[in-house]
Amino acid sequence: MTWITGAQNTWCPGCGNFAIQHALKAVLEDLVAGGMRRENFVLVSGIGCHAKIADYMAMNSFYSIHGRGAAVAGGIALANPDLTVISCAGDGDAYAEGLDHLVFAAKRNTDMTVIVHDNRVYGLTTGQYTPTSYEGFRGRSTPDGVRERPINPLELMLASGATFVARAYTRKMEHLKTVLKAAVLHRGFSFVDVLQICATYNNLTDYYAPRVYETEGRDAGDFEAAMRLAREWDYSSDAPIALGVIYESDAPSDPWPRMDGGGPEKRREEIRRILQEKI
Amino acid sequence: MQDFSVLIGGKAGEGINIAGSVIARLLSACGLRVYMSYDYPSLIKGGHNVAIVRASDEQTSCNREKVDVLLALDQDTVRLHAGMTREDTAVVYDAGVVKAEGTGIPLDAFVEEEKAPAITRNAGIIGGFCRVAGIPWATVEAVFARAIPRELDANLRVARRGYDAAPAGQRVDVIGRAPLPVLTGNEGVAFGLVEAGLEGYISYPMTPSSSILHTLASYAGRFGISVVHPENETGAMLMALGAAYAWRRVAVGTSGGGFCLMTEGFSLAGMAEVPVVVVLAQRPGPSTGVPTYSAQGDLLFALSAGQGEFPRIVAAPGSVEEAWYWAGALTDLAWRFQTPAILLTDKNLGEGLFTVGDVPQRPPLAPVLRERGEVYGRYRSGEGGVSPLAFPGEPGITVKANSYAHDTDGITTEEAATIAAMAEKLRDKDRAAAETLAGYPCVEVTGDRTAAVALLCWGSVAGICTEVADRLGLRMVRPVVLSPFPEKQFISALSGVKRLIAVEENINGQLSGLVGCHGVRVDALIGKYDGRPFFLEDLERRVGEAI
Repeated sequence: MTWITGAQNTWCPGCGNFAIQHALKAVLEDLVAGGMRRENFVLVSGIGCHAKIADYMAMNSFYSIHGRGAAVAGGIALANPDLTVISCAGDGDAYAEGLDHLVFAAKRNTDMTVIVHDNRVYGLTTGQYTPTSYEGFRGRSTPDGVRERPINPLELMLASGATFVARAYTRKMEHLKTVLKAAVLHRGFSFVDVLQICATYNNLTDYYAPRVYETEGRDAGDFEAAMRLAREWDYSSDAPIALGVIYESDAPSDPWPRMDGGGPEKRREEIRRILQEKI
Repeated sequence: MQDFSVLIGGKAGEGINIAGSVIARLLSACGLRVYMSYDYPSLIKGGHNVAIVRASDEQTSCNREKVDVLLALDQDTVRLHAGMTREDTAVVYDAGVVKAEGTGIPLDAFVEEEKAPAITRNAGIIGGFCRVAGIPWATVEAVFARAIPRELDANLRVARRGYDAAPAGQRVDVIGRAPLPVLTGNEGVAFGLVEAGLEGYISYPMTPSSSILHTLASYAGRFGISVVHPENETGAMLMALGAAYAWRRVAVGTSGGGFCLMTEGFSLAGMAEVPVVVVLAQRPGPSTGVPTYSAQGDLLFALSAGQGEFPRIVAAPGSVEEAWYWAGALTDLAWRFQTPAILLTDKNLGEGLFTVGDVPQRPPLAPVLRERGEVYGRYRSGEGGVSPLAFPGEPGITVKANSYAHDTDGITTEEAATIAAMAEKLRDKDRAAAETLAGYPCVEVTGDRTAAVALLCWGSVAGICTEVADRLGLRMVRPVVLSPFPEKQFISALSGVKRLIAVEENINGQLSGLVGCHGVRVDALIGKYDGRPFFLEDLERRVGEAI
């Protein structure tokens, strides 16, 4: 059974989304080969170029609306803890329209994986700045250059209580796969900011190539060290860009009670009892 | 026919709502049917709170202009509500803080002498009330044992002091009828949802819907359900859709402002065909409006919320029993037709307290599930536009929900014929839902069913309109279901009507406009838009002028 649907792919040639899709497919194949059940994976997407992945992947999916992917994913995770929920989001999607849901999913440590396709530009609406665009970015809504500093999503997620925070890059395929697999296997809220080039509106290949490096041999459980590493590059100034698992820790997930409690008869019996208490 | 009213007033934070509910249960224990309205400003401490309990042989759901007993825990109660007393009204007050004619009870002294905690003060005035009303002491003991969870002995001691300090009266006849449970409309909604299989309730607090959240949260363990208070209403709605996609029966609850945030998810539910029940508890708008008061200003909002065209089932119950019934029925219908539903309530119904009788059984209505072995596409055609449901976790198939226009497999499309076919599918579901609803009590008729003059109303004014219709010999016609509009049942209910007078708690006559779209002309509109409920005599006068 294939993981790719027959839907016509409309991403631009050279789009970073292809890399994320292929890495995700490879990770899912690997996990299914390792015994996880294919039907238990659910992909949620928002709206934007990234979100077309829901059409292209032959798997359970909820192609939701702009910014709300993390909320939908949270509902699915709450409803059925046997499902493995992967929420793909764009940077405008996750960090602008739906920032509240992202922060709270991290705060709740909901068992899901958020993969942000961070191309630092709105593609589908044809080239406006996003929360992670660098200062001075000239987009169609900011022809004189953005005069705001970008959000640093890693720092934000660490501050919000995410228990798995990572960064990857679409032109480092094997590393991307390793990080995504670790994210999916992490119990609790996993967050991966994937630096992705936009071939049409924001091709930063030449910027990233000399700056990215893979972190090695560090203790990902040290929160202070993770925060320092997250702040090394602020998504605007010139600095080395660390890739890899920045932070990982164990913490209780699912703060809300499960939905798998008593059946209809038990409920009816309880209602009868409560009515007696209300006479 | 007994018709007895008592008002209790005091400062916010003094437990007026709880004291009123104990009085309501005492009167219910006498065999009467009770209704309590609760009036409070939007603040936590101070301010003036009032509960009015009306007890009669038959169920009512409105207040009279005059009361038989007035219980004052602060001076404002005497000052503001002097107009509600008659010469024979018994006034009982806290002698420590209120100056008035009537029976003063030194509550602080009783509490101190009984070495009771301060929270027992209200028991003292309730004791005094029972004596002047003629409620036997044994009834007080029995009801306190059920209604007061903490410090029962201390409460009873202080109540006894109040009872002994007041003059004996005989304003209530104890009739030997079994008491009924006393519930708020919001509790009725909660139990109706649970009875229909609710597994999750997701809600951000907003008056006057919050007590559904509180009720379900307090019983979540007993029912085995999940009650979630997320970051905001947008998140609540989208979480609910995620949970329903994964096969959980969920509902959300809010008021108008919160529903504004939910509308994008509401439209998504229409397009992606995900069942969800929204409890929309109205309060006066626009915007923040008047948070703790009531209105019927969101009917047209409920009927048109969300971009695009998709089926929605909207019902506005007029009593706790109906709220219970329709909370369940909308759950069934939302799942059968895989579309969102709205239970349209308001503050007066949701936070009013009522004795509650039997709730009718709902017709059985199950969701349409995938047959095993079928090749699956989430939006493949089925009877009445209803595609069989399947859920993530089922081997061998993929379940793809989509907010874009999509094909039968749930893949995005911009192809003209597919877009048109999907729009027609949604329309077919609307028609199929309307056909199914023909088997439900979508339009209620009370009063004189042959009268040529009829009142038209919807929602929580049902009770008062029925009472006025009975007193004036009118017919009363009330659509409970508002979408899809039950045109056939409605037109038939109006057969022989020559003059139609609408009663709505809004300024523009939203139902009046709606029935106009179905060829029915309203001759006069009686509107109320000050947040307060009608008093019986007030509405009767206004209807009398409009006949």
